[in-house]
Amino acid sequence: MIPHFFKDIITRLEQGIYPHIIILAHMVLGTALVYTSPRSNLAFLVLITSFFTLYYFKTDRRFKLIVGAVLTLFIFPVVGVRNIFYLEVIFQISVFAALALGLNIVVGFAGLLDLGYVAFYAVGAYLWAFFGSQQFYVLPFAPGTQPSNLPFLLPGDAFYLFMFIAILIAAITGILLGTPVLRLRGDYLAIVTLGFGEVIRVLANNLDKPLNFTNGPQGITPIQRPTMPLAAVDGFNALFGGLVGHDVSPADMYNVMFYLLALGVIIVIVFVTRRLDDSKIGRAWTAIREDETAAIAMGVPLVRMKLAAFAVGASFAGVMGVLLAGSRTFISPESFSFMQSIGVLSMVILGGSGSIPGVILGAATVTILNLQVLQGLSLYLSQLRQSDAVIPIINFAWANLSNQLDPAKYQRLLFGLILILMMIFRPEGLIPSQRRKRELAHDEDDNGK
Amino acid sequence: MTKRFWIVFSLLIAVGMVFIGPAAAADQIIKIATQSPLSGDNSAVGVDIKRGAELALEQMSAPLAKMGFKVELAPFDDQANPDAGVANAKRIVSDPAILAVVGHYNSGVQIPSSEVYHTSGLANVSPANTNPKVTTRGYLEVNRIVGRDDVQGVVGADFAAGKKVKSVFVVHDKTAYGQGIAEFFKKRAEEKAMKVLGFEGTEEKANFDSLLSPILAGNPDLVYFGGMYGQAAVLFKQAREKGYMGMFLSDDGFDSTDAVKIGGQTLLDGAGTFYSTVSGPATIYPGTAKFITDFKAKYNASPQPFAAQGYDSMGISLKAIEAAAKAGGNKLPTREAVSKAIRALQDYAGITGKFTFNSIGDPTVAKYFVIQVTSPDPAKWNDNPVVETLDIAPPK
Amino acid sequence: MKRFLKSINIPELIRPLGQLVFFSLGTTIVLSAIVLVFALILDRTVVGQTLFERLNVSLFTYTLINLPQVAIDGLTIGFVYAAIALGYTMVYGVLEFINFAHSEIFAVGAFVGVEILIALDRFGILAGASLVMAYVYLILAIVGGMLAAGGLAVAVERVAYRPLRHASRLVPLISAIGVSFLLQDAIRLVESLTTGQFNRIFPTFGNFDRRVILGKMALGTTNITLGVSIKSIIVIVSAVLMLVALNYLVNATKVGKAIRAVAQDHPTASLMGIDVNRIISLTFLVGGMLGGAAGVLYALKFTRIDAFVGFFPGLKAFTAAVLGGIGNMTGALLGGIVLGMLETYAGSYMGVFTMGAAGTEYKDIFAFSILILVLIFRPQGLMGANVAQKA
Repeated sequence: MIPHFFKDIITRLEQGIYPHIIILAHMVLGTALVYTSPRSNLAFLVLITSFFTLYYFKTDRRFKLIVGAVLTLFIFPVVGVRNIFYLEVIFQISVFAALALGLNIVVGFAGLLDLGYVAFYAVGAYLWAFFGSQQFYVLPFAPGTQPSNLPFLLPGDAFYLFMFIAILIAAITGILLGTPVLRLRGDYLAIVTLGFGEVIRVLANNLDKPLNFTNGPQGITPIQRPTMPLAAVDGFNALFGGLVGHDVSPADMYNVMFYLLALGVIIVIVFVTRRLDDSKIGRAWTAIREDETAAIAMGVPLVRMKLAAFAVGASFAGVMGVLLAGSRTFISPESFSFMQSIGVLSMVILGGSGSIPGVILGAATVTILNLQVLQGLSLYLSQLRQSDAVIPIINFAWANLSNQLDPAKYQRLLFGLILILMMIFRPEGLIPSQRRKRELAHDEDDNGK
Repeated sequence: MTKRFWIVFSLLIAVGMVFIGPAAAADQIIKIATQSPLSGDNSAVGVDIKRGAELALEQMSAPLAKMGFKVELAPFDDQANPDAGVANAKRIVSDPAILAVVGHYNSGVQIPSSEVYHTSGLANVSPANTNPKVTTRGYLEVNRIVGRDDVQGVVGADFAAGKKVKSVFVVHDKTAYGQGIAEFFKKRAEEKAMKVLGFEGTEEKANFDSLLSPILAGNPDLVYFGGMYGQAAVLFKQAREKGYMGMFLSDDGFDSTDAVKIGGQTLLDGAGTFYSTVSGPATIYPGTAKFITDFKAKYNASPQPFAAQGYDSMGISLKAIEAAAKAGGNKLPTREAVSKAIRALQDYAGITGKFTFNSIGDPTVAKYFVIQVTSPDPAKWNDNPVVETLDIAPPK
Repeated sequence: MKRFLKSINIPELIRPLGQLVFFSLGTTIVLSAIVLVFALILDRTVVGQTLFERLNVSLFTYTLINLPQVAIDGLTIGFVYAAIALGYTMVYGVLEFINFAHSEIFAVGAFVGVEILIALDRFGILAGASLVMAYVYLILAIVGGMLAAGGLAVAVERVAYRPLRHASRLVPLISAIGVSFLLQDAIRLVESLTTGQFNRIFPTFGNFDRRVILGKMALGTTNITLGVSIKSIIVIVSAVLMLVALNYLVNATKVGKAIRAVAQDHPTASLMGIDVNRIISLTFLVGGMLGGAAGVLYALKFTRIDAFVGFFPGLKAFTAAVLGGIGNMTGALLGGIVLGMLETYAGSYMGVFTMGAAGTEYKDIFAFSILILVLIFRPQGLMGANVAQKA
């Protein structure tokens, strides 16, 4: 009975004016919370989750677009400038969402498990790191021994050009790496791509001799950023200065700029992905994923389609690599470990491979878990340890809790658990793709007969 | 199905939030953050940097407590990953209670993260970053208490020259730290007319057989390793077992009892094993012995390299905050005041040396020691004698 | 007694031994020839001159004098790879599934073995042990590691793979990657809660570190000693024993027949009255035990282990299994030996041949390149039959 009662309420809430009210209420509540307590994780999560209310409830498109625009273009920048940690979280969510969307094309659409996906991210990052820094003039020097006053090769504004070049270069890398191995079966391909990922990282680590291309483990720094027009800073201050409460410096403004750039890239990526999914290529990928032999029989050009998936996925990562290099002004091989590839994979798996909103949800969840929840729990535990608090009932002093129990330390455990639990209990992900949903519904009908 | 999952998901988040909800921020709380890799391959050292800092906070926050401040530690895990480091840095600067950061083990993480500290005026004392670029950017906020790669490599090479070494084989661990030292060692060794028979980097942690064949063939007077004990000791042991009888030399990454647990008697055979370090032995800094006892008592493990530096970095931060608070009439000092107070410290007596910082945040004179391994017993690691002491100012 | 002796299938004991000797010799000869040819070609070039200036010896002599030691080193690591590779290949043979977590099962074996020895050492038992007892303790540690690793492998299969047996190919693989990551941190969690240490170190006892000198050769101004340490001999002998025993189990016993039947066809095997689930568990048990033993041997040979110790050996052993033809046990032996040799030869000579531009740091890349090349040109591996892909 009670479930029915809830069901009724939920159905009621999904009709008429209610969705609009819920969405607005969630958004306003989140904004108000963040605004009043700018350092609270809880408040920030309420705000971030308003995106998913927005996605979940059915309203007309225009309303959704307007609310989405207000959230991303007005509320996030203002709130983010008040506490730049939020902006960093949103930026990283965007970066990982773009990576996850790229990997989603390879894993979710074409069904090719790529375990070395960060290789393409590295290609993009090192592309701008090389051309956007002094590295060209460091070529003949061993790492660390170069003179300090070298010129830059290109002006910082070439950054925008390189965002496009990176698409091309990463796609070419994808094709080059893909061509020899795409004939392999799924599980072999996974291991080979893992190998490729490692090869790229080891190359980044070792190409400091005979010519110093990557500066080895020391990494490349400083990397230039595009110039920040003062008008933008002044404009932002004039528009939002009152809300922010303090004058925004150009350094803070860079955070906003990179966030907006990442957002722009994501919008383009989502658009491209959706068009691809609905196109002939998308259907060919599905066919390959479901049954390769049948796909060949139906005349799907197997290798070409697989290469297309690899190239498209790679290009997304390439752009994000350039963005990362620009925003960090520092790139070293540590950012491109196998761990990162698995992190992105777990985002795709958690959200639902093949599903665009799912993958974004996965990226957001894992990033927030990693940056906010685990770190937050660790901080909280450490506070408890330093206090005199005692767990009631069992009468255990927090101060006696082992120092080893530090949730932030066990990130791999988290990724591992996500992968195993999702595979066993919900392989289609939190938000299954539409196509998967249809298939599953179909299966249930079959069982019903 | 989706709906149910969505509801469960929201509930989970809500529950999670209750746990990590904001602690009511009273004005009189001072927090000092640590950032080091608590997870992943570097966690052994990273965890002990945090523990060292934690211990220092416990032992040395009394003066601040008397002034009415509650001092807390805020440990962060940078995962040895620049992304995580920068995100944490932004989180740290957004917490007004945090007045200083003890941090970073990897220079690759420290450099981008300290850009964030710099823009927010937050003081950073680095316990372990030896890359010259850490301080050469000239930020007021960034200090370090360790020597620089370009010095330590030179110390090693000068020591080798003093030992009449004619030929040397240089190996490093392909990290920013190990390679940095090794490059400068090689440069200096060539200046001192030593024959550099080879210069190799390796991420290998176990099987050094293939690296050893050129070493054995060249039979150099000295094998230099830039990197950490975990690789160095294994390499030295395997080299000795294969009949190499020359001298081994490494850097302060070698300073760990685990080194002799791994290498055992092999480190003493032949021409012996030496390491250069910035952290002196107990006989020179009496505090070190007490630190090791206290550390063992609290954590039931011997301190890894850089734990003592973590302790000192925290000590310096506390001292500077105290000074800044006193100067401001026992009020909560600003971040800028703390940064300036760190630079103003004169001869802070830590357990790894006396510290005064120069205009870019390097210690004005760093003491370097070359220590010889003389006992295969891990318990006697701290009795290893100093064979050479050098006072070297950082290059300008 | 007589019947027991009669029931032993002697050819099945001798055959793998012959294969091992043949593979080892063959690989050594082929690789040595290749390296020597390279050396001859490069001797006249600037590479040879540089070496001559530095060591006062020609490149060809340098290569030749170093060869025996390189071959022995390569063989030792090759046998370790082979022992791990057998775990991958057995599971693949039966389930057509890459057990990505095998590398962590290997690591758990290493940890349990080392912890047993450290515990013994703490009670002062190891320090005063006689030579015979030292070997007894070592065997104890190996058996402990085997049991723990075997048990863990069975448990992992039961929890994380069995529910997914009928899902598409990638699903259990992703789950296995999850298990691998989970176990890495689980080991670390357990170690840090109990011992507080990150590194675990194989205690020094017995005569394992001693080196048997086989000869001395002059190289320029120095002498190269040719020798093999006792622990390397232990590694090789134990690996050979395990390989022979496994070969016997699979090819000459009833259980082995059941394993082969299940590998060929699950439903049919089950129709023949074979309990498929039990056989699969058994496969994981045996594969895990081999991995565990390899883990302890690895710790003996290389002294230091940590929670992430399994990753690279695991990956290389997988490469070895693929190189030999995954699913094929003889192939795993060959693959392990060839990979270990190739890696050691490449690591030892590449630095000299390229004048330091590309040295041992590319050793790992070398293994991956081989994997990629094999998969492209001969996906069935050196010894595998060309099996059509199952959907």
